[in-house]
Amino acid sequence: MLTLDDPSLTQDGFTLALSGEVAAGDRVAVLGPSGSGKSTLLSLIAGFDWPDTGRVLWEGRDISRAPVADRPVSILFQDGNLFPHLTVFDNVALGLRPDLRLAREERAQVEESLAQVGLGGYGPRRPGGLSGGEQARVALARMLLRDRPLALLDEPFAALDPGLKTDMLAQVAELAADRGLTLLMACHDLRDAERLCNRLWLLDAGQKVLDVATEGLRAAPPERIRPWL
Amino acid sequence: MATRTQPLRLTHWTGAGFAALVALAVLGPLTAVMLRADWPPALGPADWAAIRFTLLQAVLSAVLSVTLAIPVARALARRSFAGRRVLVTLMGAPFLLPVIVAVLGLLAVFGRAGWLNLALTGIGLGRIDVYGLQGVVLAHLFLNLPLAVRLLLQGWQAIPSERVRLATALGFEGADMCRHFERPLLRAVLLGAALLIFLICTTSFAVALILGGGPSATTVELAIYQAFRFDFDLGRAALLGLIQVAICLGAGALAFGAIRRQEVGVGLDRPPLPWPGDGTGARAGDVVAILGAALFLVLPLLAILLKGLPALATLPPVVWLAALRSIILALCSAALSIALALPIALLVARLARPGLVEALAFLTIAVSPLVIGTGLFLLVRPIANPITLALPVTGLVNALVALPFLLRALVPAALAAEATQGRLAEALGMRGLARLRHAILPRLMRPLGFGAGLAAAFSMGDLGVITLFSTPGQGTLPLEMYRLMGVYRTDDAQGAAVLLMALTLGLFWLFDRGGRLDAHTR
Repeated sequence: MLTLDDPSLTQDGFTLALSGEVAAGDRVAVLGPSGSGKSTLLSLIAGFDWPDTGRVLWEGRDISRAPVADRPVSILFQDGNLFPHLTVFDNVALGLRPDLRLAREERAQVEESLAQVGLGGYGPRRPGGLSGGEQARVALARMLLRDRPLALLDEPFAALDPGLKTDMLAQVAELAADRGLTLLMACHDLRDAERLCNRLWLLDAGQKVLDVATEGLRAAPPERIRPWL
Repeated sequence: MATRTQPLRLTHWTGAGFAALVALAVLGPLTAVMLRADWPPALGPADWAAIRFTLLQAVLSAVLSVTLAIPVARALARRSFAGRRVLVTLMGAPFLLPVIVAVLGLLAVFGRAGWLNLALTGIGLGRIDVYGLQGVVLAHLFLNLPLAVRLLLQGWQAIPSERVRLATALGFEGADMCRHFERPLLRAVLLGAALLIFLICTTSFAVALILGGGPSATTVELAIYQAFRFDFDLGRAALLGLIQVAICLGAGALAFGAIRRQEVGVGLDRPPLPWPGDGTGARAGDVVAILGAALFLVLPLLAILLKGLPALATLPPVVWLAALRSIILALCSAALSIALALPIALLVARLARPGLVEALAFLTIAVSPLVIGTGLFLLVRPIANPITLALPVTGLVNALVALPFLLRALVPAALAAEATQGRLAEALGMRGLARLRHAILPRLMRPLGFGAGLAAAFSMGDLGVITLFSTPGQGTLPLEMYRLMGVYRTDDAQGAAVLLMALTLGLFWLFDRGGRLDAHTR
């Protein structure tokens, strides 16, 4: 369980301050306009930023100031998820061994992970030669391999065309369910939220203004969510 | 705000240590010079003449370079013609070209038995003399005109094409373009370019060594060398060294802004703009400017090639040995400056304080290589025979000279690598060597290759500190070439010049190319 114990963070005159809990296996969509604090929130949980006050807890343990790599987190950014100079295989292998010194069975794991996202045999290629969807799946394969319980998705599929995005979300939903991942995804499209997530946080100006289940949302939409329908 | 800062890693501490070492390598010799200098300072007429000549030739060289650069840069900015790219590239070559090769080339064209004098006497006119003030200024013009052209061309290319299109639509004439575009532009860059060239020329040693000399044409740096080699008057050499530092500090302080703006290796390939107010007169003027500049730059190099290539086969073995020594020295010097520059660049990028680079650059500019050499000589002498350390000292000084250029190429790339790859590396828990090797270094290959090439080329062509220490039988190729010129073996000297030019440009090309091999790093 992820607990946000009233953390607040002020950056360049913008303040993010919210509380909340995400139960194990929950999939939370973080919805909001540009500049509402979605990315800052994920950055706070991932550890790129530290809260000025308040705490971030995982399973009751305070991780507010833990190093990024020591957190139970894997993160997909909006772009720049892959090193362009490394092969697809190496990019994925980084999820297992950051120094790229892999044992034989670890190499097999990398291949397996690639096969799982439908990229079997893509190992020797470079990211530059792949389509946007394929690049996203390489990053996903690495996320699987890292096998951290908390997945943070910072609009990683925003640049994909709608059909491809739907496919990717379905794939993530399947993998998350399969592995029991806890997940937070920043997005700005309610339909994406509904495809993947069971809960929805609406952010506005650094505050959480809504915390609801996605199911049945359209049947009786709260006032706040209407502009997003 | 509480954006978490990462702890400084081992590489960063190494960088801080190396930066301190570099400062020490400059300030240590400087202190030695200060302590050894004759005191109270008694400047004789010859010393005053050296100071006057240093300033005079630098002012003349700077003014002539930027003045003549104006029509050339303007012509390059607004004309497209076959060979334009080659010419713009060629404008970068004198930066790498060994000074002694350039001077020998100029002598082949303008010297006593050069092409120009042959032509002049052929039609019954007298000879021109290329030694003394006019020779020094001519050589500085050859070496710095291209730099001035590139600086001014940057100014012209900074004019947005939309604005030129607007000017065309408004029916601007040549005079309007001049008033609204060219004059403001020149006001912005001309003084900076002139100050930069002035600074470069005040530290010029090799040119004065070959073309100057005598009471009326000795620079301060040359006077240091003479006090050292001919009189072995270390107190006077040290005093002159202090004077040189004072001149460089003054010029450096004036030119500081200009130095900061100067970029190395910037592409200048933007296609020329259709320029309003174009006419036959303007066209003819541009043709003259481009042809004139091209001939001035190409003829000396062509002369060296034509005269030197046949002599290449019969070069004495001592030249080949010197060449081998030079290659080894250049490789060591390049390796040393890369080893110093990389941790410093990573530290500067981590601290996000590019100003540190300028401070180091200023330090190595203010204390000229010859002064560092003098200081090192003074420091080493009580412990060991400086002569036996000639090559290591030369390598060290050459590495220090190349360092600011390397840092200027590396730091922006390191900043970009941290910004684009650093966060991802951190998210994946890549640390220490793995992070450096897999995440950061691949993004630095281009500037590293370029920087190593630059350092190797500088060291290969350097005729400076080595002259203070050298003895026969352990000289570098430029020094051996200088010796051949001194005993009037012009053919051999020209052959050695071709060899030196080929090795210098070849080393640069190899390293620069090596950094670009992996096309996936962009």
